[in-house]
Amino acid sequence: MRIVAVCGVGVGSSAILKGNAERALDRLGLTADVSASDLAGVREAAADAQVVLTSTELADRVREALGRTWAEIIEVENYFDVEEIGRKLDASLG
Amino acid sequence: MTLPPLPDDAIVLRVDVADWRDAVRAAGRALARSGATLPGYADRMIDVLEEFGAYIVIAPGLALAHARPGPDVRRSGLAVVTLADPVAFGHPHNDPVRVVLGLAVSNAEEHVASVADLANVFNERDAIDRIAAAETPAEVRAVLHVSGGEGRPATDAAGAPS
Repeated sequence: MRIVAVCGVGVGSSAILKGNAERALDRLGLTADVSASDLAGVREAAADAQVVLTSTELADRVREALGRTWAEIIEVENYFDVEEIGRKLDASLG
Repeated sequence: MTLPPLPDDAIVLRVDVADWRDAVRAAGRALARSGATLPGYADRMIDVLEEFGAYIVIAPGLALAHARPGPDVRRSGLAVVTLADPVAFGHPHNDPVRVVLGLAVSNAEEHVASVADLANVFNERDAIDRIAAAETPAEVRAVLHVSGGEGRPATDAAGAPS
């Protein structure tokens, strides 16, 4: 399973989201390959991803960049709330 | 990989700002003062907000101001700015912002891991409150579990020069 965390420039917030998504998956007993991407590279990065994680603020831009996709886009409000991320991943993957 | 050091020059406490641009500029000045970036980096952080919106407000009260690596980044660095009065960045859930982290990275690949270390710190629920309430740079460093850096002793270090 592949998950992509997306932010505008791909060096700051997507890295935090990636780290906390891995924590959340760990708690759920799931394993996945989680990578970080910037908006410009998301189409390629998410080509074979099941889930794309991003901020509510960026979700529309991500949808636009992805076009038609199988991946589910999950909007995260608080990047440090591992419970929120876990709950949303569980609902999507479970 | 660990977070970049956080010298006194990179910490500004209880600053008065008029709006989010001012707040990001304060973080840019702190990064430049500490030697991590050139002054122009502040404008590039503002550009990111103007281009992508306030997504950099990644948790309630906390903005992670940053831009891509570039020639104006001399070395990776971190800055912390706390605001005397919180300001809105335009985020639907996480406004108003009380703490601005300024981040500069010299190489994207290398520093994704380092930035992820920030998650370890802020996963503690009271970390943002503790930084917002800090009265000294040493208190900020204690919350972030970072050093003041080498070469230039921090003023709180034992035997600080007078």
